[in-house]
Amino acid sequence: MKLEEVRRILDAEWVGGRPKGPEGGDRAVRSCHASDLMSDVLIPSGACAGSLLLTGLTNAQVVRVAEISDFTAVCFVRGKPPQPEAVKLAEEKGIPLLVAPLSMFEACGRLYTQGLVPGDRAKGDAD
Amino acid sequence: MTGEDVTKIQEMIYELLVREVMTKKVITVMPSTPMRDLREILRLNRISGAPVVEEGRLVGVISIEDFIRWLADGSPDCPVADRMTKDVKTIHDDEQLVQAVNRFERSGFGRLPVLDRSTGYLVGVVTKGDIIGGLLKRLEVDYREAETRGARSRHIFQDIVADQSSLVLEYRVRGADFARAGASASGLKTTLRRLGIHSQTTRRAAIATYEAEMNLIVFTEGGRITVQVAPEMIRLEVEDGGPGIPDIERAMQPGFSTAPDWVRELGFGAGMGLANIRNCADRMSLDSAAGKGTRLQVEILMEQQSDAERDSAETRA
Repeated sequence: MKLEEVRRILDAEWVGGRPKGPEGGDRAVRSCHASDLMSDVLIPSGACAGSLLLTGLTNAQVVRVAEISDFTAVCFVRGKPPQPEAVKLAEEKGIPLLVAPLSMFEACGRLYTQGLVPGDRAKGDAD
Repeated sequence: MTGEDVTKIQEMIYELLVREVMTKKVITVMPSTPMRDLREILRLNRISGAPVVEEGRLVGVISIEDFIRWLADGSPDCPVADRMTKDVKTIHDDEQLVQAVNRFERSGFGRLPVLDRSTGYLVGVVTKGDIIGGLLKRLEVDYREAETRGARSRHIFQDIVADQSSLVLEYRVRGADFARAGASASGLKTTLRRLGIHSQTTRRAAIATYEAEMNLIVFTEGGRITVQVAPEMIRLEVEDGGPGIPDIERAMQPGFSTAPDWVRELGFGAGMGLANIRNCADRMSLDSAAGKGTRLQVEILMEQQSDAERDSAETRA
């Protein structure tokens, strides 16, 4: 699934505009992880690689985690905008950020029914 | 961690110039050198190719592959000029190392002829080995005693000629400095990626470093993370000056946590840190006592397969 499609499904908005770079909103999202516990998405197997991180947290560590675990993008739920440090770090690291007006539950539900799978069940090359 | 610690390597590949690390003494051949003489030239000098130079100027490159192709063709003897590669990727002596690294990555070549920018003359050759050698020299890292295991690493290490070589990176972490948490892990990750280390290995090292960094920030006054990158493994050593862990066994249990609430509100402190580090490690040891410091050692063996190889192996399994 393309990131732009994820954005549409979640009625989400880009933070700081559409992602730049060669792929832009076309970059692939191969799975989804929803968590407010960051250690739960620091997974060495690579299950998070290429995945979308859905979270209710808005601090800069969320972006750090996304960077370290190779997430494709981060989406903040419940319409909560990320903190300025998080936005700054994401720009530095080239990680696209989204804000969705939905609850975590609804965001997960929509993505799941539209065919996004859990990270450990995603097919294809994670890296 | 302070700004100056931010990955010395990263800065160095921008600071160092090609001319500072290149091999200046280069065996070259002339365009008129006969192909039949090439084998002896390559063999005696133990090289797999040579720049072809006419009056100081690079006109091509002749490699052992060209020679083998010539042999296989059964073609009659001819000057090197007839069989050499004429469209040669080169680099100028005043370019930054990062340019050379990028060019290696893009072209897949193992060596680049170096030209003087003003005269255009060939002044040297730079290989991946030269780059690593230059970095190691600048870092003053120690070559450790031989303990060769026959383990072959990929990418950057394959051109190093030494019984044992390793790269040591050090990161300092300040206690309670939550704003900078993850900076060491991030710097390490960038560096490992640039070194061409396998993505799986890189991720494991980065996650273990991140969790360790978080522990230093949350529980200690600060500490030091030393990362040794050797061909067969990455070794992390995390040391701090206290307060120590009274019950290591309990601390290792997933879900056990003594983290304060402010840490939990930020998405950490769920008691998964050490358990997560253990998941990333091939070997792990933790020494600590209450009132004293803590010393954590983690070894991560280098993944030798490419991603594609691993994926197909998993599919078969």
